Amino acid sequence: MKKATVENLAPWVTTLLLLILWQLGVMVFHVENFVLPSPIEAIQQIWANRYALLQHGLATLSTTLVGFAIAVVFGLLLGILVGSFRLVYVSLYPVLIGFNSVPKAALVPVLVIWFGVGSVPAVIAAFLLSFFPVVVNVATGFATVEPELVDVLRVLGATRLDMIVKIGIPRSLPYFFASLKIAITLSFVGSVIAEIVAGNNGIGNVMLIASSNFNVPLVFAALLVVGVMGVGMYAIFAALETRFTAWSVRGSGLEYPTSG
Amino acid sequence: MSYIEIDDVDLHYGRQSGAANGAGTLALANATLSIGQNEFIAVVGPSGCGKSTLLKLISGLVKPTRGVVRVGGQSVKKPLKNVGMAFQNSTLLPWRNVRDNVLLPLEIVEPYRSQPRSEAALKRQRADELLATVGLADFGDQMPWQLSGGMQQRAQLCRALIHEPSVLLLDEPFGALDAFTREELWAVLQNLWLTRKCTVVLVTHELREAVYLCDTVYVVSPRPGRVIASRDVPFPRPRTLDMTYQAEFVELVHACRHHIMPGSAA
Repeated sequence: MKKATVENLAPWVTTLLLLILWQLGVMVFHVENFVLPSPIEAIQQIWANRYALLQHGLATLSTTLVGFAIAVVFGLLLGILVGSFRLVYVSLYPVLIGFNSVPKAALVPVLVIWFGVGSVPAVIAAFLLSFFPVVVNVATGFATVEPELVDVLRVLGATRLDMIVKIGIPRSLPYFFASLKIAITLSFVGSVIAEIVAGNNGIGNVMLIASSNFNVPLVFAALLVVGVMGVGMYAIFAALETRFTAWSVRGSGLEYPTSG
Repeated sequence: MSYIEIDDVDLHYGRQSGAANGAGTLALANATLSIGQNEFIAVVGPSGCGKSTLLKLISGLVKPTRGVVRVGGQSVKKPLKNVGMAFQNSTLLPWRNVRDNVLLPLEIVEPYRSQPRSEAALKRQRADELLATVGLADFGDQMPWQLSGGMQQRAQLCRALIHEPSVLLLDEPFGALDAFTREELWAVLQNLWLTRKCTVVLVTHELREAVYLCDTVYVVSPRPGRVIASRDVPFPRPRTLDMTYQAEFVELVHACRHHIMPGSAA
């Protein structure tokens, strides 16, 4: 088999093997399905509740993406500021670290007091969980610009904006895309947590209702849906990454010949 | 008539200017240098003697603690515009191909910056012509990492010259190259300078390079750097590698070396 084919198949095979292992474990140890359902039961639940899961899945997806989009814009701007101005870095970084150490799940009830039950707390939770890696990565990209490069531009009379546009942003794009892949998965965590705690909609809400009915297979069905959405979004950003930062993964085009 | 004047300049690092005494490093002391328009000079000296600091002073990237730096009659108070710079390490932008790297200064320096987009094709042509003069005719579309170290330095020279700066500052541009590539690039740089005159300040610790390329060689002492000697290089141009083995040339190199390490047997 070709190397590329093997690499394309590898993640599917691994997933399948894990599911088989799970199925066998449940069968061999006779685990009750209200403790841990088998993957077949979970998938049966997905099929049985396909319309509800689709509707709630889309609701979760949209709150997640709204929160994520805000996080990307906010994180990018803050990262540029933190990375290019020493004073901003010194004054803001400890605050950011402290803020990120706060468990966001604990904030959701407060968000509900402020904004009421619904999708607003979920959007905010998705945003709060995911902006931090974007800030840190973009700031790192900016802060590690070679000083000689800055000198080359300064003696041409470049403005600070020139530096940001010509060097800072392209230089930090690989860091930025790496952070997007982390941030999108964290966004799902944020929105689903908020839906569990205070949602009237979304996958998290499905899980809350299912677990209160001891319908554990449906809980796992919902978990699988979130997982699949997360992987799908990850794949989209990974594809964007290869499209925009090919220069930083030099040689990969030669390492994986796609001839034939 | 001197174009760049460095008049009794001190530079302390790690201390505010104006303070009388205190901690910090005296990188350069009583530096006085006068460089004529379109002159090609070299500054040689042991490592850590403040050679690179001198370039930063001329370009205005750092301010002197004491004394005045003048370029074109104007006292340098902030970074000059329209200076070309090249460094020992390749500072090509890895996300741009070679041509776009060379074109970078034209995106920043006036009047090119405000020129309409219709000029883009002309600029590309200009970059390609310049690349051809340094032997990189077919490499415009390559990415920097696809080039050898010597080729990257050629491209860096092109980027330093594309906007026709009046001052070219070279900070050990060939320091990281092997001897053969280095000597090849001496000829490349000499040709570039002969065809498009500008004032060049070359910082190097390679004495043969300095004597081969320059009108005047300035020798700087170990820290704190002081200009301890200057030697005019009388040889006609274009100079050849063969000349570097002739007695007068070798003698001049030895004399420079003697200034750096007087009495040393090494």
